[in-house]
Amino acid sequence: MIAILDYGSGNIRSAERAFARTGNNVVVTKDSELISRADALVVPGVGAFGACMSGLLSVQGDQIISRHLAAKKPLLGICVGMQILFDSGTENFTDKSSLNSNDSLSNDSNVGLGILPGVVSKLQHPRLPHMGWNTVVPPQGSTLFRGVESERFYFVHSYAVPYSAQALPGATITEYGESFIAAVESGNICATQFHPEKSGDAGLQLIRNWSDQL
Amino acid sequence: MSLAIRVIPCLDVDKGRTVKGVNFQNLSDAGDPVSLAEHYGTSGADEVTFLDISASVEERATILDVLRRTAETLFIPMTVGGGIRSTHDVDQLLRAGADKVSVNTAALNRPDLINDIAEKFGSQVLVLSVDARRAEGKFEVTTHGGRQGTDIDALDWISDAQRRGVGEILLNSIDADGTQDGFDIEMISAVRQVTSLPLIASGGAGTLSDFPAALKAGADAVLAASVFHFGKFTIADVKREISHAGFVVR
Repeated sequence: MIAILDYGSGNIRSAERAFARTGNNVVVTKDSELISRADALVVPGVGAFGACMSGLLSVQGDQIISRHLAAKKPLLGICVGMQILFDSGTENFTDKSSLNSNDSLSNDSNVGLGILPGVVSKLQHPRLPHMGWNTVVPPQGSTLFRGVESERFYFVHSYAVPYSAQALPGATITEYGESFIAAVESGNICATQFHPEKSGDAGLQLIRNWSDQL
Repeated sequence: MSLAIRVIPCLDVDKGRTVKGVNFQNLSDAGDPVSLAEHYGTSGADEVTFLDISASVEERATILDVLRRTAETLFIPMTVGGGIRSTHDVDQLLRAGADKVSVNTAALNRPDLINDIAEKFGSQVLVLSVDARRAEGKFEVTTHGGRQGTDIDALDWISDAQRRGVGEILLNSIDADGTQDGFDIEMISAVRQVTSLPLIASGGAGTLSDFPAALKAGADAVLAASVFHFGKFTIADVKREISHAGFVVR
């Protein structure tokens, strides 16, 4: 059984349908008892980093995630569900201050779960959000991207973790103004900045690649 | 490596059924927006937009069923517009399977709606749909499908909406809409000057060369309805044309 962590508003229906497509039993829940019995956990997330973190904390999602990882079970974070795995984010509850770089609030930081090293910061590109289908460069031997290395995936975000080879070896990178981390495969943790559940056949294949390991 | 230009078919939906003549012979029920969305999804569309033109709240509830059914089999982004007046409306649509919503008249009547939606769901879900026409000395925002003027300057409105937190602009030229004489290039250029947001151009596509012209003027995506529905061009035709013009497509 795959559990999708339900910790607030947003479209998790398409995530549910996409994971069900891979032939898995899927449950959307915030029940920690139910999640403790799941084989794998998906952490979705849309909206601002701070808002997502507070939604996550309100259902003790931090404890659910750390218990799940301690039990050596697979986790897949999607979009902001990936971002909150990192140390911190510079995005505010609303995205407004980011539109005005002189706003003093833009220096505020939100604490993440600190499971992966890095700071989620605003992309260096004049056209934001980064919205649409972009390419990826997965590491050699990637399991997640097997068969879809050359495909495009659907992104919609203004913040990301800048890529640095030393900080996170084995990351998949995408270019948009700068190189940023588009996906992570690290032990039992997988995460994508893009939306595999919205990336057509390529996205479904990626989900299959992930769930086939379960 | 770069971001691909998006090609987006738009489906007008009334009481849960597709309107505007649609003549796909290979579809068993061309009036069913779910079948039509699937058809576009498997033909290379980068997103699908539903515009709900139902008159009443009761009729409008049928779009939720359309979204739920489409979300069963279509795994590309879906945007829904029409009649969205509150964060409650947005919540319902997102839960039914929409990825983005577009606001128009209700946001003109109450601009704080933009702030409310962006704060609750994030800017990435919110598209500002602008129906604009040429007027004395400006591009004027209209409502009711262009039948009513507002005297609001479209460029001012778009700048204001960006400050309030919209994540994308859908610019529809009322003068060009339905003419098939091409997009309003000057309007696209003017809007591009005032916003850094992704910009979708709509209204007026009649020949394939119209599409790269809109992109050169600053659009990031192109949206069309009848030229796709009537089978004048396929999504692949448009992508081939804009690719030949040097733009990146999926």
